[in-house]
Amino acid sequence: MQEAEVKVRKRRLERAIKARTDTVFVIASPGDILYVLAPRVVPMAILLLLPLFVGGYHSKVIVHACVVGLLALSWELLASCGLFSLGQSLFFGVGAYMAGAMDKYLHLPIWVTIPVATLGGGALCALLLAPVVRLRGVYFAMVTLMLPILFKQIIEAWGILGGTHGLSGLTAFPNEWLDKYLIIVAFITVLFGLRSLITSDYGLVLKAIADDDRAVMSAGINIYSRKVQALFIAASVASFAGAFITHHYQFAGFSVFALDWAILPLAAAAVGGTGSFAGAALGSMILVPLSEALRAMGGLRMAIYCAILVFAVLALPEGIFRFLERKYQEFETVIEVK
Amino acid sequence: MWLIVYGIISSVILALYAVGFSLTYGVSGLPNFAHGALYILGGYAIWNLMNVAGLSIIAAAPLTVITCGLLGFGLYWGLLLRVRGIPLSELVVTFAAGVAILELLTWSGFYGIRYSLPVFWEESIEIFSVVIDGQRILVLATGVALVILLHLFVRHTRTGLAFRGLAQNERTALSVGIEADWIGSLSVAMGSGLAAVAAVVVLPLGMMEATIGYEVLIYALAVAIVGGLESTTGMVLASFIIGFAQTAAARYIGPKWMIIVPLAAIVLVLVVRPSGLLGKFKELEERV
Repeated sequence: MQEAEVKVRKRRLERAIKARTDTVFVIASPGDILYVLAPRVVPMAILLLLPLFVGGYHSKVIVHACVVGLLALSWELLASCGLFSLGQSLFFGVGAYMAGAMDKYLHLPIWVTIPVATLGGGALCALLLAPVVRLRGVYFAMVTLMLPILFKQIIEAWGILGGTHGLSGLTAFPNEWLDKYLIIVAFITVLFGLRSLITSDYGLVLKAIADDDRAVMSAGINIYSRKVQALFIAASVASFAGAFITHHYQFAGFSVFALDWAILPLAAAAVGGTGSFAGAALGSMILVPLSEALRAMGGLRMAIYCAILVFAVLALPEGIFRFLERKYQEFETVIEVK
Repeated sequence: MWLIVYGIISSVILALYAVGFSLTYGVSGLPNFAHGALYILGGYAIWNLMNVAGLSIIAAAPLTVITCGLLGFGLYWGLLLRVRGIPLSELVVTFAAGVAILELLTWSGFYGIRYSLPVFWEESIEIFSVVIDGQRILVLATGVALVILLHLFVRHTRTGLAFRGLAQNERTALSVGIEADWIGSLSVAMGSGLAAVAAVVVLPLGMMEATIGYEVLIYALAVAIVGGLESTTGMVLASFIIGFAQTAAARYIGPKWMIIVPLAAIVLVLVVRPSGLLGKFKELEERV
């Protein structure tokens, strides 16, 4: 006796409230508003409320995730204007050392060192990389890869800024809550700030440089100055993370120039999905707790990050965020094929 | 005199670092950022072949080169093939693979005085009242031979011409019967083999350590950027400029200035000639 095989297929329909583009919605009811707001508000609320419920070690993980998240967002901004960075640790390290040096040698209070290190680090990195913004793609990546390693060697060989011992005994945050919430609020602000920056006219020019820089040049826009501006913004974000971590650990050593700080944000962006800031943020929120679980592996951790990075590039080319976004915005039903 | 002799030697060492990278990237357009890792892996392989398997250096050296070549082959078919044509993904994948190899080696305890290779030739000779040891002579000879062979290879053999064809225009290369994947993997394999050759002759000069891998990659990149791609002469010229500048900086200003040289050279060259010293205009379009 032969059983009739039931053939099914999946039918996918876009939600009606989604208009032609990915960002414009036609809102007709409170339900629609909830639908649009929920994916933005709920994760942020969780992130804001989490430190109230977990403490100690777990709140360290949240702080670490936000720091890596900031670096990943900064990477994503550079990537969206066609600058491919392998040296997030450069921006991070410059910010960290700047804050550390101002605290150690000038004894400035914390509310001066962090803002000055943020802007000063951004300016210094933009200045350092300004001669090489003419390079594209792989060549720019090569230079950014070299810079942090050179910085590390300079500090090591010249013995400046504390040399191999680093700067220790720096000022801590006045209280624990300020410490935690400063980084969480900064992370959320930067995430939404950059998202709206990239859809503004200014951001569209940056994206156009990535797509076709010749066309932007022929429109009479100086792409090199735009690239330097993007570098300044991205480097400021990462320098802030560096300055924060200096005061968080009350220490700045040349481990801030280590490859970890370049590979981990890159892996976060690759796992979450390149091409969207939310992807980079999501990636770091997934990857950092995962890497904390791997802390027991010690020296092998970097090798594992790299394996995750390779896996993400090869197997998840669109990233987790794009996948979730697509699934969220369509109905999927199984229908029988007749 | 000292400066000239040792300047030449450090330049040749730089050229040896860069020759494999330049073959894979400059000639066939595949960035192999695992170059430094393959270099140090070559050192690891020959050390193990000599000290664990007990082979003589005559047997161990070719085996090491072949092993690294096969690894390069595997790198292409296993990883690069899936991201071919996406330049930045090619870079990320090879770079991450390289870092993974280096970190694994560090983790397994690959550093320290135990890991040193014997020199081939103990004696030293005197040229122009400067004493040079035999190993450095060997480095010199290998470097010169490799550069000349590479130059002849990419211009006068069918495979070498196919390598260049692949970099110039992959579709046209396909249409004249060049198998892109085969030639690409061969190119990565040869580049990796050359990294191992460099490791075998250069590493006995000092201690072996996994972190040297990063240094090798950086020097190879610096030479590639300064010299301009696809030009063997440019590569040699860049090696000599950086090598001499480093030796001079180390002798007259102090060894701590040595590390600034490659970066300063890159920045200067980019300001003056963005396509590299001997790069051609087409490359300028791609780079700038």
